[in-house]
Amino acid sequence: MKLDICDPKIEYILQLADDSLILGHRLSEWCGHGPVIEQDIAISNVSLDLIGVARQFYQYAAELQGGGATEDDFPYWRMSREYRNHVLVELDNGHWGDTMMRQFLFDTYQYLLFQALTESKDERIAAIAAKAVKEVAYHAQYSAEWVIRLGDGTELSHDRIQGSLDLLYRYTKEFFTPSARDAWAQEQGIGPDVSALRETWLKEVNQVLSLATLTAPEDDPSVWRGKEGEHTESLDHLLSVMQSLPKTYPDAKW
Amino acid sequence: MVTREFPELWAALEQVPDPEIPVLSVVDLGVVRDIRHDGSRYVVDVSPTYTGCPALDMMSDSVRQALEQFTGERVHIEHVLSPPWTTDWMSADAREKLRAYGIAPPVGKTQDKRSLFGPKPDVPCPRCASEETELQSNFGSTACKSLYFCPKCSEPFEHFKCH
Repeated sequence: MKLDICDPKIEYILQLADDSLILGHRLSEWCGHGPVIEQDIAISNVSLDLIGVARQFYQYAAELQGGGATEDDFPYWRMSREYRNHVLVELDNGHWGDTMMRQFLFDTYQYLLFQALTESKDERIAAIAAKAVKEVAYHAQYSAEWVIRLGDGTELSHDRIQGSLDLLYRYTKEFFTPSARDAWAQEQGIGPDVSALRETWLKEVNQVLSLATLTAPEDDPSVWRGKEGEHTESLDHLLSVMQSLPKTYPDAKW
Repeated sequence: MVTREFPELWAALEQVPDPEIPVLSVVDLGVVRDIRHDGSRYVVDVSPTYTGCPALDMMSDSVRQALEQFTGERVHIEHVLSPPWTTDWMSADAREKLRAYGIAPPVGKTQDKRSLFGPKPDVPCPRCASEETELQSNFGSTACKSLYFCPKCSEPFEHFKCH
Protein backbone atom coordinates (compact mmCIF):
# COMPACT_ATOMS: atom_id res chain seq x y z
CA MET A 1 0.00 0.00 0.00
CA LYS A 2 1.41 3.37 -1.05
CA LEU A 3 1.20 5.74 1.93
CA ASP A 4 0.91 9.48 2.14
CA ILE A 5 3.49 10.43 4.79
CA CYS A 6 3.30 13.90 6.25
CA ASP A 7 4.18 13.58 9.95
CA PRO A 8 7.69 14.90 10.74
CA LYS A 9 8.21 12.25 13.41
CA ILE A 10 7.44 9.45 10.95
CA GLU A 11 9.82 11.02 8.47
CA TYR A 12 12.57 11.12 11.08
CA ILE A 13 11.98 7.48 12.04
CA LEU A 14 12.14 6.50 8.37
CA GLN A 15 15.49 8.24 8.04
CA LEU A 16 16.79 6.12 10.95
CA ALA A 17 15.25 2.95 9.50
CA ASP A 18 16.39 3.41 5.91
CA ASP A 19 20.13 3.35 6.73
CA SER A 20 19.76 0.00 8.47
CA LEU A 21 17.50 -1.52 5.83
CA ILE A 22 19.57 -0.47 2.82
CA LEU A 23 22.91 -1.48 4.34
CA GLY A 24 21.35 -4.70 5.66
CA HIS A 25 20.11 -5.50 2.16
CA ARG A 26 23.51 -4.72 0.62
CA LEU A 27 25.26 -7.01 3.10
CA SER A 28 22.78 -9.80 2.39
CA GLU A 29 24.22 -9.86 -1.16
CA TRP A 30 27.36 -11.39 0.38
CA CYS A 31 25.41 -14.37 1.70
CA GLY A 32 26.87 -17.42 -0.06
CA HIS A 33 29.71 -15.31 -1.50
CA GLY A 34 31.85 -14.55 1.57
CA PRO A 35 35.60 -15.19 1.29
CA VAL A 36 35.41 -18.08 3.80
CA ILE A 37 32.46 -19.61 5.59
CA GLU A 38 33.08 -17.87 8.95
CA GLN A 39 33.03 -14.47 7.25
CA ASP A 40 30.00 -15.40 5.19
CA ILE A 41 28.20 -16.23 8.44
CA ALA A 42 29.45 -13.07 10.15
CA ILE A 43 28.38 -10.68 7.41
CA SER A 44 24.97 -12.39 7.18
CA ASN A 45 24.58 -11.96 10.94
CA VAL A 46 25.34 -8.25 10.68
CA SER A 47 22.85 -8.00 7.82
CA LEU A 48 20.18 -9.70 9.92
CA ASP A 49 20.81 -7.36 12.87
CA LEU A 50 20.48 -4.31 10.64
CA ILE A 51 17.26 -5.50 9.04
CA GLY A 52 15.94 -6.32 12.53
CA VAL A 53 16.58 -2.77 13.70
CA ALA A 54 15.00 -1.38 10.53
CA ARG A 55 11.88 -3.48 11.25
CA GLN A 56 11.61 -2.04 14.77
CA PHE A 57 11.62 1.48 13.35
CA TYR A 58 9.20 0.65 10.50
CA GLN A 59 6.80 -1.01 12.96
CA TYR A 60 6.82 2.13 15.07
CA ALA A 61 6.30 4.31 11.97
CA ALA A 62 3.38 2.10 10.91
CA GLU A 63 1.73 2.50 14.34
CA LEU A 64 2.06 6.28 14.15
CA GLN A 65 0.81 6.31 10.58
CA GLY A 66 -2.30 4.28 11.48
CA GLY A 67 -5.01 3.53 8.91
CA GLY A 68 -3.92 -0.10 8.51
CA ALA A 69 -0.33 0.76 7.53
CA THR A 70 2.18 -2.05 8.10
CA GLU A 71 5.96 -2.22 8.43
CA ASP A 72 6.13 -3.59 4.84
CA ASP A 73 4.56 -0.51 3.27
CA PHE A 74 7.62 1.66 3.89
CA PRO A 75 10.34 -0.50 2.30
CA TYR A 76 8.23 -1.84 -0.55
CA TRP A 77 6.14 1.11 -1.67
CA ARG A 78 8.49 4.07 -1.69
CA MET A 79 10.62 5.17 -4.64
CA SER A 80 14.31 5.98 -4.36
CA ARG A 81 13.75 9.72 -3.95
CA GLU A 82 11.56 9.00 -0.91
CA TYR A 83 14.35 7.03 0.77
CA ARG A 84 16.25 8.94 3.46
CA ASN A 85 19.40 6.84 3.88
CA HIS A 86 22.93 8.19 3.56
CA VAL A 87 24.42 7.66 0.10
CA LEU A 88 27.35 5.69 1.60
CA VAL A 89 25.17 2.73 2.59
CA GLU A 90 23.57 2.27 -0.84
CA LEU A 91 26.85 1.98 -2.78
CA ASP A 92 27.68 -1.31 -4.47
CA ASN A 93 29.60 -3.75 -2.27
CA GLY A 94 32.80 -3.73 -4.34
CA HIS A 95 35.44 -6.13 -3.02
CA TRP A 96 35.63 -7.40 0.57
CA GLY A 97 37.90 -4.50 1.60
CA ASP A 98 35.43 -1.96 0.18
CA THR A 99 32.59 -3.59 2.12
CA MET A 100 34.60 -3.67 5.35
CA MET A 101 35.75 -0.05 5.01
CA ARG A 102 32.21 1.16 4.34
CA GLN A 103 31.04 -0.88 7.31
CA PHE A 104 33.72 0.52 9.59
CA LEU A 105 33.01 4.16 8.65
CA PHE A 106 29.27 3.58 9.10
CA ASP A 107 29.38 1.40 12.26
CA THR A 108 31.48 3.99 14.06
CA TYR A 109 28.89 6.63 13.20
CA GLN A 110 25.85 4.45 13.96
CA TYR A 111 27.26 3.49 17.35
CA LEU A 112 27.62 7.17 18.32
CA LEU A 113 24.19 8.00 16.90
CA PHE A 114 22.39 5.20 18.76
CA GLN A 115 24.26 5.97 21.94
CA ALA A 116 22.96 9.55 21.67
CA LEU A 117 19.45 8.32 20.80
CA THR A 118 19.23 6.37 24.06
CA GLU A 119 18.66 9.86 25.55
CA SER A 120 15.80 10.62 23.13
CA LYS A 121 12.68 12.17 24.64
CA ASP A 122 10.73 9.66 22.56
CA GLU A 123 10.73 6.55 24.74
CA ARG A 124 10.21 4.12 21.90
CA ILE A 125 13.15 5.51 19.87
CA ALA A 126 15.28 5.45 23.03
CA ALA A 127 14.32 1.81 23.68
CA ILE A 128 15.11 0.71 20.12
CA ALA A 129 18.46 2.53 20.27
CA ALA A 130 19.36 0.99 23.65
CA LYS A 131 18.63 -2.45 22.25
CA ALA A 132 20.47 -1.88 18.96
CA VAL A 133 23.56 -0.16 20.33
CA LYS A 134 24.64 -3.43 21.97
CA GLU A 135 24.52 -5.14 18.57
CA VAL A 136 26.25 -2.29 16.75
CA ALA A 137 29.12 -2.56 19.26
CA TYR A 138 29.84 -6.04 17.86
CA HIS A 139 29.59 -4.77 14.27
CA ALA A 140 31.99 -1.90 14.96
CA GLN A 141 34.53 -4.19 16.55
CA TYR A 142 34.30 -6.64 13.66
CA SER A 143 34.74 -4.07 10.88
CA ALA A 144 37.55 -2.25 12.72
CA GLU A 145 39.44 -5.54 13.08
CA TRP A 146 39.14 -6.14 9.33
CA VAL A 147 40.34 -2.63 8.50
CA ILE A 148 43.42 -3.20 10.67
CA ARG A 149 44.00 -6.72 9.32
CA LEU A 150 43.89 -5.58 5.69
CA GLY A 151 45.58 -2.21 6.16
CA ASP A 152 48.45 -3.60 8.21
CA GLY A 153 48.53 -6.81 6.18
CA THR A 154 50.37 -7.41 2.91
CA GLU A 155 51.42 -4.73 0.46
CA LEU A 156 48.55 -5.76 -1.82
CA SER A 157 45.88 -5.75 0.89
CA HIS A 158 47.18 -2.40 2.18
CA ASP A 159 47.03 -0.79 -1.27
CA ARG A 160 43.58 -2.14 -1.99
CA ILE A 161 41.98 -1.03 1.28
CA GLN A 162 43.71 2.36 1.06
CA GLY A 163 41.89 2.58 -2.28
CA SER A 164 38.63 1.75 -0.51
CA LEU A 165 39.24 4.54 2.00
CA ASP A 166 40.10 7.02 -0.78
CA LEU A 167 36.87 6.08 -2.56
CA LEU A 168 34.49 6.04 0.42
CA TYR A 169 35.73 8.73 2.78
CA ARG A 170 34.06 11.54 0.83
CA TYR A 171 30.63 10.12 1.64
CA THR A 172 31.08 10.40 5.41
CA LYS A 173 30.56 14.15 5.66
CA GLU A 174 26.87 13.54 5.09
CA PHE A 175 26.63 11.84 8.50
CA PHE A 176 27.34 15.12 10.24
CA THR A 177 25.32 17.43 7.98
CA PRO A 178 21.87 17.75 9.56
CA SER A 179 18.93 17.08 7.26
CA ALA A 180 15.61 18.91 7.69
CA ARG A 181 14.45 15.91 9.77
CA ASP A 182 17.59 15.93 11.93
CA ALA A 183 17.02 19.61 12.65
CA TRP A 184 13.36 18.98 13.55
CA ALA A 185 14.27 16.05 15.82
CA GLN A 186 16.95 18.03 17.59
CA GLU A 187 14.50 20.87 18.21
CA GLN A 188 12.05 18.38 19.76
CA GLY A 189 14.71 16.71 21.89
CA ILE A 190 14.08 13.48 20.00
CA GLY A 191 17.38 13.29 18.15
CA PRO A 192 20.91 14.61 18.70
CA ASP A 193 22.81 17.37 16.92
CA VAL A 194 24.54 15.11 14.39
CA SER A 195 27.24 17.69 13.66
CA ALA A 196 28.40 17.31 17.27
CA LEU A 197 29.13 13.60 16.73
CA ARG A 198 31.88 14.38 14.25
CA GLU A 199 34.66 15.08 16.72
CA THR A 200 34.36 11.74 18.51
CA TRP A 201 33.89 9.93 15.21
CA LEU A 202 37.10 11.43 13.80
CA LYS A 203 39.02 10.52 16.92
CA GLU A 204 37.88 6.91 16.87
CA VAL A 205 38.23 6.47 13.11
CA ASN A 206 41.71 7.97 13.09
CA GLN A 207 42.83 5.72 15.92
CA VAL A 208 41.92 2.63 13.90
CA LEU A 209 43.27 4.04 10.63
CA SER A 210 46.60 4.73 12.27
CA LEU A 211 46.81 1.15 13.57
CA ALA A 212 45.91 0.03 10.06
CA THR A 213 48.71 2.26 8.61
CA LEU A 214 46.11 3.98 6.42
CA THR A 215 45.73 7.68 5.68
CA ALA A 216 42.41 9.46 5.31
CA PRO A 217 42.22 11.59 2.16
CA GLU A 218 41.73 15.36 2.24
CA ASP A 219 38.23 16.59 2.89
CA ASP A 220 36.12 16.76 -0.25
CA PRO A 221 34.15 20.01 -0.40
CA SER A 222 30.97 18.42 -1.77
CA VAL A 223 28.32 16.93 0.51
CA TRP A 224 26.05 14.11 -0.58
CA ARG A 225 22.34 14.53 0.10
CA GLY A 226 20.85 11.07 0.42
CA LYS A 227 18.91 12.14 3.51
CA GLU A 228 17.15 14.69 1.29
CA GLY A 229 16.26 11.97 -1.21
CA GLU A 230 19.08 12.61 -3.70
CA HIS A 231 20.50 9.18 -4.41
CA THR A 232 22.78 7.43 -6.86
CA GLU A 233 21.58 4.89 -9.40
CA SER A 234 22.91 2.18 -7.07
CA LEU A 235 19.83 2.65 -4.89
CA ASP A 236 17.49 2.19 -7.86
CA HIS A 237 19.18 -1.10 -8.73
CA LEU A 238 18.93 -2.26 -5.12
CA LEU A 239 15.25 -1.31 -4.85
CA SER A 240 14.38 -2.99 -8.14
CA VAL A 241 15.60 -6.27 -6.63
CA MET A 242 14.24 -5.72 -3.11
CA GLN A 243 10.79 -4.58 -4.29
CA SER A 244 10.39 -6.98 -7.20
CA LEU A 245 8.09 -9.44 -5.44
CA PRO A 246 5.46 -7.05 -4.01
CA LYS A 247 5.53 -5.01 -7.23
CA THR A 248 4.98 -8.10 -9.38
CA TYR A 249 2.34 -9.60 -7.06
CA PRO A 250 0.92 -6.66 -5.08
CA ASP A 251 -1.49 -8.87 -3.14
CA ALA A 252 1.05 -11.55 -2.25
CA LYS A 253 0.84 -12.80 1.33
CA TRP A 254 3.45 -14.89 3.15
CA MET B 1 11.84 -7.44 38.00
CA VAL B 2 9.68 -10.34 36.95
CA THR B 3 6.43 -10.63 38.87
CA ARG B 4 5.45 -14.23 39.32
CA GLU B 5 1.74 -13.71 39.59
CA PHE B 6 0.65 -16.89 37.82
CA PRO B 7 3.08 -19.58 38.97
CA GLU B 8 1.21 -22.36 37.16
CA LEU B 9 1.53 -20.50 33.85
CA TRP B 10 5.23 -19.87 34.42
CA ALA B 11 5.59 -23.59 35.11
CA ALA B 12 3.81 -24.39 31.84
CA LEU B 13 6.24 -22.15 29.97
CA GLU B 14 9.18 -24.08 31.45
CA GLN B 15 8.12 -26.76 28.95
CA VAL B 16 8.38 -24.44 25.92
CA PRO B 17 11.84 -24.82 24.36
CA ASP B 18 13.85 -22.16 22.59
CA PRO B 19 13.49 -23.15 18.90
CA GLU B 20 17.22 -22.86 18.21
CA ILE B 21 18.66 -24.06 21.53
CA PRO B 22 16.06 -26.62 22.64
CA VAL B 23 17.94 -27.44 25.85
CA LEU B 24 16.78 -24.06 27.21
CA SER B 25 13.18 -23.10 27.84
CA VAL B 26 11.91 -19.63 27.01
CA VAL B 27 11.86 -18.99 30.78
CA ASP B 28 15.52 -20.10 31.18
CA LEU B 29 16.48 -17.73 28.41
CA GLY B 30 14.83 -14.84 30.22
CA VAL B 31 12.74 -13.68 27.26
CA VAL B 32 9.39 -14.04 29.08
CA ARG B 33 9.20 -10.91 31.20
CA ASP B 34 5.68 -10.78 32.61
CA ILE B 35 2.33 -12.56 32.61
CA ARG B 36 -0.84 -10.68 33.56
CA HIS B 37 -4.59 -10.79 32.98
CA ASP B 38 -6.29 -7.69 31.63
CA GLY B 39 -9.85 -8.81 32.36
CA SER B 40 -10.51 -10.45 29.00
CA ARG B 41 -7.27 -12.28 28.20
CA TYR B 42 -3.79 -13.13 29.40
CA VAL B 43 -1.03 -10.79 28.24
CA VAL B 44 2.54 -12.04 28.08
CA ASP B 45 5.52 -9.71 27.67
CA VAL B 46 8.22 -11.22 25.49
CA SER B 47 11.57 -9.51 25.04
CA PRO B 48 13.57 -10.25 21.85
CA THR B 49 17.15 -11.43 22.33
CA TYR B 50 18.51 -9.75 19.20
CA THR B 51 16.42 -7.36 17.12
CA GLY B 52 16.88 -9.49 14.02
CA CYS B 53 16.43 -12.84 15.76
CA PRO B 54 14.36 -14.91 13.31
CA ALA B 55 13.24 -17.16 16.18
CA LEU B 56 11.22 -14.40 17.86
CA ASP B 57 7.97 -15.00 15.96
CA MET B 58 8.21 -18.76 16.47
CA MET B 59 8.95 -18.27 20.17
CA SER B 60 5.95 -15.99 20.54
CA ASP B 61 3.67 -18.45 18.73
CA SER B 62 4.88 -21.32 20.92
CA VAL B 63 4.27 -19.30 24.09
CA ARG B 64 0.78 -18.33 22.97
CA GLN B 65 -0.18 -21.84 21.93
CA ALA B 66 1.16 -23.39 25.14
CA LEU B 67 -0.75 -20.95 27.35
CA GLU B 68 -3.96 -21.06 25.32
CA GLN B 69 -3.92 -24.83 25.58
CA PHE B 70 -3.19 -24.69 29.30
CA THR B 71 -5.74 -22.02 30.26
CA GLY B 72 -8.37 -22.39 27.54
CA GLU B 73 -8.40 -18.59 27.34
CA ARG B 74 -7.13 -16.11 24.79
CA VAL B 75 -3.49 -15.10 25.14
CA HIS B 76 -1.94 -11.97 23.70
CA ILE B 77 1.84 -11.54 23.23
CA GLU B 78 3.41 -8.10 23.65
CA HIS B 79 6.96 -7.49 22.45
CA VAL B 80 8.79 -5.28 24.91
CA LEU B 81 12.14 -3.66 24.13
CA SER B 82 12.86 -1.84 27.35
CA PRO B 83 14.77 -2.73 29.40
CA PRO B 84 16.74 -4.51 26.68
CA TRP B 85 17.19 -8.26 27.10
CA THR B 86 20.56 -9.24 28.51
CA THR B 87 22.35 -12.52 29.16
CA ASP B 88 22.58 -11.36 32.80
CA TRP B 89 18.96 -12.58 33.10
CA MET B 90 19.98 -16.16 32.43
CA SER B 91 19.88 -18.30 35.57
CA ALA B 92 22.82 -20.33 36.90
CA ASP B 93 20.79 -23.43 36.17
CA ALA B 94 20.30 -22.34 32.56
CA ARG B 95 24.02 -21.68 32.19
CA GLU B 96 24.82 -25.18 33.36
CA LYS B 97 22.27 -26.67 30.95
CA LEU B 98 23.96 -24.80 28.10
CA ARG B 99 27.39 -26.02 29.08
CA ALA B 100 26.24 -29.63 29.33
CA TYR B 101 24.72 -29.24 25.86
CA GLY B 102 28.12 -28.19 24.46
CA ILE B 103 27.62 -24.42 24.28
CA ALA B 104 29.86 -22.30 26.51
CA PRO B 105 27.58 -20.09 28.65
CA PRO B 106 28.02 -16.29 28.65
CA VAL B 107 31.13 -15.33 30.58
CA GLY B 108 30.87 -12.43 33.02
CA LYS B 109 28.38 -9.62 33.08
CA THR B 110 27.25 -7.55 30.17
CA GLN B 111 29.65 -4.70 29.50
CA ASP B 112 30.76 -2.27 26.85
CA LYS B 113 31.94 -4.69 24.21
CA ARG B 114 33.16 -1.88 22.07
CA SER B 115 36.59 -1.84 23.66
CA LEU B 116 38.59 -3.16 20.72
CA PHE B 117 41.82 -3.85 22.49
CA GLY B 118 40.68 -4.49 26.04
CA PRO B 119 41.26 -7.90 27.58
CA LYS B 120 39.04 -10.54 26.05
CA PRO B 121 37.30 -12.83 28.55
CA ASP B 122 38.56 -16.39 28.85
CA VAL B 123 35.83 -18.66 27.62
CA PRO B 124 36.37 -22.18 29.01
CA CYS B 125 35.81 -25.08 26.64
CA PRO B 126 32.43 -26.69 27.49
CA ARG B 127 33.96 -30.16 26.98
CA CYS B 128 37.37 -30.12 28.69
CA ALA B 129 37.14 -26.83 30.65
CA SER B 130 40.48 -25.66 29.19
CA GLU B 131 40.75 -21.87 29.31
CA GLU B 132 43.27 -21.79 26.47
CA THR B 133 40.61 -21.28 23.81
CA GLU B 134 40.63 -19.09 20.72
CA LEU B 135 37.93 -16.79 19.40
CA GLN B 136 37.36 -17.61 15.72
CA SER B 137 34.53 -15.19 15.04
CA ASN B 138 32.14 -13.10 17.08
CA PHE B 139 29.33 -14.25 14.80
CA GLY B 140 28.19 -17.87 14.89
CA SER B 141 25.33 -20.00 13.61
CA THR B 142 22.78 -17.76 15.35
CA ALA B 143 22.87 -14.08 16.29
CA CYS B 144 23.43 -14.88 19.97
CA LYS B 145 26.52 -17.09 19.60
CA SER B 146 30.20 -16.68 18.74
CA LEU B 147 32.55 -19.30 17.40
CA TYR B 148 35.52 -20.62 19.41
CA PHE B 149 38.16 -23.29 18.97
CA CYS B 150 39.71 -25.43 21.71
CA PRO B 151 43.29 -26.46 20.83
CA LYS B 152 43.28 -29.00 23.64
CA CYS B 153 40.28 -30.92 22.24
CA SER B 154 41.03 -29.84 18.66
CA GLU B 155 37.31 -29.12 18.42
CA PRO B 156 35.33 -26.00 17.61
CA PHE B 157 32.56 -24.91 19.99
CA GLU B 158 30.03 -22.13 20.33
CA HIS B 159 29.82 -19.52 23.04
CA PHE B 160 26.59 -17.81 24.05
CA LYS B 161 27.75 -14.20 23.74
CA CYS B 162 27.58 -11.83 26.63
CA HIS B 163 24.92 -9.36 25.61
